[in-house]
This record gives sequence, C-alpha cells and structure tokens, in this order.
Amino acid sequence: MTDRPKSLFQKVWDAHSVCELASGQTQLLIGTHLIHEVTSPQAFAMLRELSLPVRFPARTFATVDHIIPTDDRSRPLADDLAEAMMSELEQNCREHDIQFFGPDSGAQGIVHVIGPELGLTQPGMTIACGDSHTSTHGAFGAIAFGIGTSQVRDLLATQCLAISPLQVRRIEVTGTLSPGVFAKDVILAIIRKLGVNGGVGFAYEYAGPVIDAMTVEERMTVCNMSIEGGARCGYVNPDEKTVEYLRGRRYTPDDADFPAKAARWLAIASDPDTVYDDVVQIDANAIEPSITWGIHPGHNIGVSEAIPTPNSVPDDERAGVEEALEYMDFVAGTSIAGTSIDVAFIGSCTNGRISDLREAAKIAQTGHVKAGVRALVVPGSAAVREQAEAEGLHEIFRSAGFEWREPGCSMCLAMNPDKLRGREVCASSSNRNFKGRQGSPSGRTLLMSPAMVAAAAIAGEVVDVRKIGGDILESS
Amino acid sequence: MSRAENALVRIETAEGKASVVRGDDIDTDRIIPARFMKAVTFDDMGRHAFEDARKAAKGKHPLDDERFSDAEILVVGRNFGCGSSREHAPQALMRFGFKAFIGGSFAEIFAGNCTSLGLPCVTLSVPDLAKLMDAVELDPSQTLHIDIRARTVTSRAGEMQAGIPDGVRYQLLEGSWNATRVLLEAGAAIEAKAASLPYMSPPA
Repeated sequence: MTDRPKSLFQKVWDAHSVCELASGQTQLLIGTHLIHEVTSPQAFAMLRELSLPVRFPARTFATVDHIIPTDDRSRPLADDLAEAMMSELEQNCREHDIQFFGPDSGAQGIVHVIGPELGLTQPGMTIACGDSHTSTHGAFGAIAFGIGTSQVRDLLATQCLAISPLQVRRIEVTGTLSPGVFAKDVILAIIRKLGVNGGVGFAYEYAGPVIDAMTVEERMTVCNMSIEGGARCGYVNPDEKTVEYLRGRRYTPDDADFPAKAARWLAIASDPDTVYDDVVQIDANAIEPSITWGIHPGHNIGVSEAIPTPNSVPDDERAGVEEALEYMDFVAGTSIAGTSIDVAFIGSCTNGRISDLREAAKIAQTGHVKAGVRALVVPGSAAVREQAEAEGLHEIFRSAGFEWREPGCSMCLAMNPDKLRGREVCASSSNRNFKGRQGSPSGRTLLMSPAMVAAAAIAGEVVDVRKIGGDILESS
Repeated sequence: MSRAENALVRIETAEGKASVVRGDDIDTDRIIPARFMKAVTFDDMGRHAFEDARKAAKGKHPLDDERFSDAEILVVGRNFGCGSSREHAPQALMRFGFKAFIGGSFAEIFAGNCTSLGLPCVTLSVPDLAKLMDAVELDPSQTLHIDIRARTVTSRAGEMQAGIPDGVRYQLLEGSWNATRVLLEAGAAIEAKAASLPYMSPPA
C-alpha cells in the first residue's frame, strides 16, 4: 500500500506528536527552544513557582538581542532596566545549564539570525521561541513559530506545547524577479495580495521557481514575514542549497554523520502529489521594488505607484486606509517616490544578514548619505558583522556616511537606545510599520528592501533603487 | 494576582460591562508599546495598556471614557492583536481589568496567549459585531454575557452566535487552559518521543 502523499508540515507534525490531548489539540514536542531576554524572565519565574526544572536544557539556547545597545555595550549597561533584563537572562541560563550566546561569545545576535548560522536550525525540526519572527527558521524546512511567555513556561517545563494543527497553503511564486527586486519585495507582494490576516490558521509553504532560485538567506526574509500575513509559520522545502548552507556549521559539522543527516533533511520535503488546503499563485514578473505607505505591512505598493485613496479600496478596508493616511500625514493619490526621509535603518531579523548588507553596500558606494539623514547599519549578528568587516563593507558604509553598529534588533522595535524622534520618517529594512513601532509614539516607518533603504539614505527621499543602481543591479 | 496562577479554574462564562475599541488590525505594539516591556515581570503592564493611543486621543480613548470605567469585556474589530507574540499585550489588558474579548477575529498568537491566561476570545459575524458595538456604546451600563459552552454572546442587542475553536473551548471549560499541568501528564512519553528523533538524541 502506498502512503498518502504528505506535506512537510504534516510529516514534521506527525514525527513530533507526543499524543492527542483531551481537548483535541496535539501535544507537540518542540525540538529546539530559542529564548531571549524580553519574553523569558517571567517564564522562568513561573517555573520557579511551580518548582519545576527545565526539562531539556540541552535543547534550549539563549541570546540577547532586543535590549542590547548597538554602540556602547560595556557592562553594566547604561540603561538600568536593560541591564536588569540581561542579568536575569544570564542568571537563568547559569541556573538551568542553558547555552547562552552572550555579547562576548562571538556568536551573539538576533535570535533568528544566529539559529541558522550556528546550524541550530535544521530541516524537519520543530522550533519555537517567544518571538513572532520565529517563522524565519522555516526557510530550512523546519516548522517554527512564535509563542507567548506562558507557552515559554510550558516549553521549559515539558518541551511540549498544546496546539492545534494548521492548514497548509502553498504559495507558488512564478516567473522571475527583475534586477532591483528582492525577497523583501516578494513577501510584501504576498502580504498585499493575501492580507495581513489572510494566513490565520495556515502554515505557508513557499514554492515555485522564484523560491527555488532564491538563496537560503533570501528564503529567510520571505519566511520571516509570514506572521505579517497572519501565518504564524511559513516554510520552504529543503534542497541542496539548504544542505550546503548548513554544511560545516557549529551544530552541523561536516563529519561522518553529515551525509546521513542531509539525506534525512531532503526526505522531509513535501511529497510531489501532496494535496494542499489551498494553493495561491503569485506572478513575480509583476513585482517591483515595494514600499509601505501606511500602518501595517499590507499597506504596501510598488515604488512607481501612487498612495491609494480611501475610495480605491474595498469598503471594509476604507477606515483603515483613512486612519493610516492621517497618521502618516500622506496625501492619497500622490506618488510614494519623493517622500522625504529623516532616518535610514538597515538591519533586523528580516534583512540583517550578510547578503542584505552586500546589496545595501553596492548602493551605498554610489554616493553619500544626504545631509540631515541619520543612517544606521546594524548587522544581525556578531558573525555577520565579522564577515562584513572581512569584506570591507563597514568601510564602504562609513565612508558613505552610515553608522556601523554592533549587532542586535535595534531600531526595528527600539527597545534599545536606537529610536526615532518625534514625527521622523524612517526608511527601514525591518518588518513592521505599526504606529510607534520604532520608538517614537508618532514616528513613521516605510518598509522596503535594504537596497531601497540605502538608496533612500543617499537621495534623502524614497527613490526607485533601479534608477540609482541600474548597472550595479544588472550585474548582480 | 494573575488568573494563570490558578491552574484549575473552569471558565464557562464571562460576564460584565463592556467597552469598545473600534478599528481592524490593532497590533500588539499599539496595545503595549515595546518600551514598556523593559521589565522582568508583567506587574506594571496594566497601566501602560494602549498608552500611546490614549495619549494621542487626549482623553477621548475608550479606555479613558468614564462611561466604560468598570468594563471587564473588550469588544474589538478584526485581526485584533496582530504582530508581535508578546504576552505583555493580553497581560496589560488583563491587568487593566479585562477578562474576555469579543471581536471580528483575533491574531493567532494573541488568541493563544489569551487562552494561556484564561481569557476567552470569541468571534462574532460582521453584522452582529457592528450591532453589538453600537449597542454597547449606546448603553454602557448593560451587562454582556459570554457563554463558552453554548457559544453565545447575550446583550440588550439579543443573543448572538459566537465562534470559539473547539480545542480552546474545551481547555476553558475543563480548566486546562494553563497547559503545563496537562502537558506534564505525558510523563516519559515525552522523552520517548525525543529519543525517536535523531536530532534530539545525537550519537554519543
């Protein structure tokens, strides 16, 4: 008898299912638990109250990313509250024998950047973290999703979660990407089409020739923003690129066992005849460099388009568009290109990896940051920073007028000193343009690719990166 | 005192006065701006609930409207709680005084966090939600009644069918919404499952 074809999601779910709970939910074993300083301290406190140990300390890994300054990181940290959070994490890791990748370890960084680069993230795993961008790890064919702090407690205590299975929507990206159009633009286009809540109840399986052609780092950018489309989990089937990315990493050494591991990884991919709960196609030929104009990531348009008018959207979106236009103080019907910016931020778990910095540096070397614009480059991890410096990217950025910083989440959510001030407009390679997201209650965020951010930094306004970097982009 | 500390509380109903925060896609950054998460406990979250939105509204925000000052149920739009997984968001609303949510729809991680805290999130159809919002704003003194078992919301606007996922409904009704205890019951089956996975039991 032939088994019914299964999706990767189904295979991984079945392999990690401990039992069905009386609620009908699955008791799902989580193979890799990543923790950071913001969402874990309360969970450790709850564990202490219950007098429970950490069940699988060797499968729990910690780093510090949200609150860490990107300039002066000397201890104690200047911000007492940040110092308290960092100390608490260090203490919890010591007490429970959890591996902590601290600022001096050489491996610190944004949790979703270091997981893959250390080889902690592998195909076929279940991965959870108290952070919604855990979906990033799906780029390797892992089932990875964000959880809240009470679930962090559940996980520390039992290595399991009580959770209902998701449906699977396959998103096939067809065609080819034009020069100057990046993975960021693909995921923004997907969210624009399916909506910011279209993915609720689904895991997204990204597929098709455009995803196949992407590097693993580009796939991470796509999976990262699954949650911005409402899908708490998104993944790409592992292939040879996945295997090659992982070969020789700290937790995936290129040893005698590696070929067997790689074979298992490749076998976890969705079967060819899998029947999906939904299938959607996206035409990549139609995607141009994209940019948000409003207050959620679904509020995005191509750089050549005009800011929508309330009358141009369906009735049930009109109030949201009006609210966004008012907050952003933008005029409906006008071009997004030409919008002045005050700040440029290159970094985050969405676009803070080495390939992102390379693309941004190509544009940075064509000019100098416009007078009056503050421009920051914040590598996603210590390893990214080190690699970028080995390639001389930091010199390119510095001589173009960008600040070159230490790794962390930084201005993506501004829990460290990197913040917008007042009504500043920020061209940002991060993932959320929510009201107040970047640290000023009235600050404004325009999401775009790192190359577009670099172009905006130089022009002092939103520009089509294809106009600045045409030749460079063609040759990439 | 957090409800989460009472592990075996069965939640069959939620009753109380209500308040309405209109608008779709209200994200968790709006519910609790990130800068207030710089703390190692949730103790202080309640007073920062919707802080920036309230400041921007200059006293006109529903959470500052005296007519709704003793509201215990929050009525919201679609995709409420989208964005960050921060449990700080439902913690802030719970500590502010809300014990249940009625909405058009809820973001998945937010809803999961609410379940972990014993805070029911139930959904209404678009017309029913609009009707309920109007009714509550017209008469804030009325008591709303959420029946988890019957899946209904009752107000002066009448009885409405409410949605709640089966698994969550069961967890609330049986008092197993604080999942740690239930998950511990699997005992050695957890280690057995781990041992079946090559990556969790690497060769010595």
